[in-house]
Amino acid sequence: MSKKPEEYEDIPGTWVFDAERARKGYHLNAFLYSLMKAENRAEFLADERKYLQKFPMTDEQRDAVVNRAWNRLLELGGVSYALAKLAFTDKKSYQFMASQMVGIPESEYVKMMLAGGRSPDGWRSKSERKG
Amino acid sequence: MAKIIAGIGTSHTPAIGAAVDNGKTAEPYWTPLFKGYEPAKKWMAETKPDVAIVVYNDHVNAFDFKIIPTFALGCGAEFPVADEGWGARPVPIVKGYPELAAHMVQSLVLDEFDMTIVNEMQVDHGLTVPMTLLYGQPKAWPVRVIPLAVNVIQYPAPTGNRCYQLGKAIKKAVDSWDEDLRVVIFGTGGMSHQIQGPRAGLINKEFDTAFLDGLTRDPERLAHIQPLEYLRDAGAEAIELVMWLIMRGALGDNVREVYRFYHVPASSTGVGHIILEAA
Repeated sequence: MSKKPEEYEDIPGTWVFDAERARKGYHLNAFLYSLMKAENRAEFLADERKYLQKFPMTDEQRDAVVNRAWNRLLELGGVSYALAKLAFTDKKSYQFMASQMVGIPESEYVKMMLAGGRSPDGWRSKSERKG
Repeated sequence: MAKIIAGIGTSHTPAIGAAVDNGKTAEPYWTPLFKGYEPAKKWMAETKPDVAIVVYNDHVNAFDFKIIPTFALGCGAEFPVADEGWGARPVPIVKGYPELAAHMVQSLVLDEFDMTIVNEMQVDHGLTVPMTLLYGQPKAWPVRVIPLAVNVIQYPAPTGNRCYQLGKAIKKAVDSWDEDLRVVIFGTGGMSHQIQGPRAGLINKEFDTAFLDGLTRDPERLAHIQPLEYLRDAGAEAIELVMWLIMRGALGDNVREVYRFYHVPASSTGVGHIILEAA
């Protein structure tokens, strides 16, 4: 059983956090939520793999956390606001996390934003992106 | 009688709160933004509303993923400030108005808006950053606050039209409260922004300008912007703008724009701000 692909799946460079991703990412996001507490952040940083075993996530999700594979984490059901708590745990900013997702140094990302940000032109659909 | 006298639309970017809390408002990066909010602070100091209904979204702080209410009304006497992962913002505790909130819930549910009642919750930057922008750094907030948290994180958020209609029902609820109160309503979040994936950093100034224009000229059109259009044209997180439509719906048919400000960027966001007075 499955449903038709959603129209928003055609937006390039974007993983909309919908019910299906929320379902897959439930325990991943629960782990990220746990990082709101200082003692949990310390415990996680002391032994990441061990801490991740507390949450019934998939091994793929655990690997993506350890590797800080930000886009993979989005694909596997992480939501950006929860992922930010992992960035904060690393003493990094939201902007740093976004630059990693884009794949450019943070300084370049900041420069792009100061110049008015990324234009939507060429980024509205996957076909437009390729063309 | 209680009356909603004005609506305030504003972004709630967390970096703005951090800039204030860490004394960075005079840095060149931030001066244009804070200068743009000066007239708004002056307006607020002169207007002195008794109650602020703040429509905002929680960012995985008060609500984890166990429960995701679409519309949650804060009915408690006070709302502590959340530690979002870098320590709680050093801002005053938010004082509620349980009597009015309880009345609103009854009125709204009978009006077929099935609100989630929240008696205890923490509030995050979605609520506190707009307070900081309009009130600065007081020792205590000079207004009682009724938080209205909207799910805009897990797709789908409530539609723009549903939000607009909820705003109208909020006006009806406040209008029927028999106490001389001057009420303002905040619609927060937005404007165009995307903070995830390779498309992060997207800004659409034309979209934002048309949205600001439409709040006075044609709110019905804005109410019918489809979710896909927000996501595609203004960024995955621009869907937050539906919260501005709750604010707009609560002001009645005619409004007067008294102030507007737009600035790119604050972190990854196109910052928009507008003050509308109910006619």
